[in-house]
Amino acid sequence: MRLPLFAALAVALFSGPALAFEIEEQRIYPADPERAVFKIISTADLGVFDPIIRAFQATQPGLTIEYTVTGTTDLMHAIEVEGASFDLAISSAMDLQTKLANDGYAQSYTGAARLPSWANWRNQVFAFTQEPAVLVVSDAFFAKDDAPRTRDALIEVLRANPDRFQGRVGTYDVRTSGFGYLMATQDSRNSEAFWRLMEVMGRLDAKLYCCSGDMIRDVASGKLGLAYNVLGSYAASELATTKGFQIIELEDYVNVMLRTSLIPNTAQNTQAAYAMIDFLSRLNQRPDLVTASGLPAIDTAALQANSSLRPIRFGPGLLVFMDQLKRRNFLRNWENSLLQDK
Amino acid sequence: MKVQGSIRRRLFFQLGGIAALLSLAFFLTLRVVAENTAEATQDSILAASATAIADSLRSDNGSVSLELPYSALSMLGTVSEDRVFYHVVVSGNSLTGYADLPPPSAPPRPGSPVFDTYDYRGDEVRSVSVMRPVGSAAQSTNVVVTVAQTRLGLEATSQRITTTATGVGVGFFLLATALSLWAASSALAPIDRMTAAVTRRGPKDLRPVTAETPAELVPLVDALNSFMARLRTSLGRSEDFIAEAAHRVRTPLATVRTQAEVTHRKLNKPEHKKAIREMIRAIDESARSAGQMLDHAMVTFRADSLARDDLDLVVLMTETCDRLVPTADLKDIAIRTDFGNDPIPFQGDGILLQAALQNILDNAIKYSPEDSNISATIKVGETIRISFTDQGRGFGDTDMSRVTTRYQRGANVGDIVGSGLGLTIADEVARAHGGGIEISHNNEGIGACVCLYLPR
Repeated sequence: MRLPLFAALAVALFSGPALAFEIEEQRIYPADPERAVFKIISTADLGVFDPIIRAFQATQPGLTIEYTVTGTTDLMHAIEVEGASFDLAISSAMDLQTKLANDGYAQSYTGAARLPSWANWRNQVFAFTQEPAVLVVSDAFFAKDDAPRTRDALIEVLRANPDRFQGRVGTYDVRTSGFGYLMATQDSRNSEAFWRLMEVMGRLDAKLYCCSGDMIRDVASGKLGLAYNVLGSYAASELATTKGFQIIELEDYVNVMLRTSLIPNTAQNTQAAYAMIDFLSRLNQRPDLVTASGLPAIDTAALQANSSLRPIRFGPGLLVFMDQLKRRNFLRNWENSLLQDK
Repeated sequence: MKVQGSIRRRLFFQLGGIAALLSLAFFLTLRVVAENTAEATQDSILAASATAIADSLRSDNGSVSLELPYSALSMLGTVSEDRVFYHVVVSGNSLTGYADLPPPSAPPRPGSPVFDTYDYRGDEVRSVSVMRPVGSAAQSTNVVVTVAQTRLGLEATSQRITTTATGVGVGFFLLATALSLWAASSALAPIDRMTAAVTRRGPKDLRPVTAETPAELVPLVDALNSFMARLRTSLGRSEDFIAEAAHRVRTPLATVRTQAEVTHRKLNKPEHKKAIREMIRAIDESARSAGQMLDHAMVTFRADSLARDDLDLVVLMTETCDRLVPTADLKDIAIRTDFGNDPIPFQGDGILLQAALQNILDNAIKYSPEDSNISATIKVGETIRISFTDQGRGFGDTDMSRVTTRYQRGANVGDIVGSGLGLTIADEVARAHGGGIEISHNNEGIGACVCLYLPR
């Protein structure tokens, strides 16, 4: 661990002033002898991605991999504004990735033909996971079969028991979390119930979080009764080790986020990026990695089997909520709903 | 005949050329129309998108605000995966969107969008700008909404159309070429049919052509028929002339000869008798020469339209020999025939063959010394060989190939009177029947052997 730490320190020291984006974590997977370096910028936690990187490195002898973890907005900023040199950008924010590709910051790779058409945009944005946004409820608040199954039922429950849920509901702070913003905006498109739910949660003095992990932990510990729009993949892998909560896929609809990779224009080692995209698109053939990382691979059959699953569609539509006016209006509405007494 | 070009080829190339031109025109039209349609489709989607954005503009306490409709941009993604850019400008100031998007080439007016094509962020884009006044009539602000989209989808569509158009064009050309080949053949079929009909005719068939004739060929066939009619008349005249001439020359000569013989008998003085004998000999030569010249004329005429009658060469030879026996007897020459009694069938012109044989035998008699033999034989081998061998002076050093030429005589004819036509007649008759004449020295001693051979 000494080497990665040193590297992280070195990056922070020597390139600190140039890098305005915030590096959360960084690890170097050295190869000996080293023939090439492959730099990934990603929003996925090291803990999640570590097995995938190690498995990939095993297929690429001599490739040193530098894995940098940052937030979705920082990733966008790093590539769009700072032109930071990375070979591959992996993000859970489809809208930001789409905007990067649309605005001309991504390179095309036509080799990845294995992907279904809904998981690939312009041969520039490649999806490799499908992760539902779920409702996580605490066992302390809901019995086994008692949890609400639709958004309307959820609103009903919250309205009926304001005292019980006061300060005990949580959701993403969409102002800081790209994933939260993406889910909230998709919700606002899909259902009128979303704004009512936000109103109700605002009245209950909802707690706002930056990350799914914290919400899941607070639900499991009983600090929260429920958390809305939690990343299902994290919840599922947390459930393997932690007890005390249930994962509910709401039956009216479930937004499914696609985790995507793209090759920035600044990429140096495109061959490694191509290899990584191919490797990720074959994730469904590596159940061991799916289990180890907790990232559900692309699976068209699963989406067709459950009609309430709605994968977010790629396309210029995703740019709409990137619009500065639209975003300002949306956040104002969201704040008006959720932060009523502040 | 000078062959100049081919109607079939010219027809084929002209039709093929027309087909190629039409195919090309078809290809270009299809492409232009299809590309215009594709471009118009993109333009109309872009205009719909820009209008949707303009429609959602609203005035908010004097300032313009925009709630970008989701469908305005998502509709642009339904057809292709093209990149999309937009920019909203409120009285010259950027409200939202891509501020570096170039402004429209001309200021758009309400209801008339302005379309532009230019390069932006590395790709060619098609853009539309619409203008809409926002706010109350008193203080309205002009808002220009520009929506741009890259043209990769359009290019793909255009590529697909080009491929299709090329395929259709090439297919059309090939089909048209094949059809023009067929049309050229079918148009020329009557000519082939008539050619076959005329070629099939027998040598003496000079009847008018009555085959079914397309209107265009009627003048040609009429001309041909008229030509053949004239030919028929002309040939008839020649035939009549030959018969007439033979009759007119031979008959008086025969009368003169008879009178001379009568006179010869009446005369007593030897010098007078000698003079008359000289006269008779001259008359004989004249009759013979006239006969040969008429024979030759007849051969020339009849060989052009050779008859193929069923003949027996033995009968023919017997008749010939019998006819000349009196002439031979005058010189005490014996004609020894050797061809048995079995018929030797042959298809040919009996009159011509008889003239040929008679001339050869006559020649042999003429050049044979008195009291000698002439043998006439027919041998049937690969060819039919009719030989006359005499014991005369032969041909000496004469070039054998020249004695059959008209009016050419042997080198050692000496005092013997001749026209030089005898062997020519025989040679032409033999050739007309596909055979020939061989002249050689007599293998069994002095003299010559003339052999006429005919194919079996």
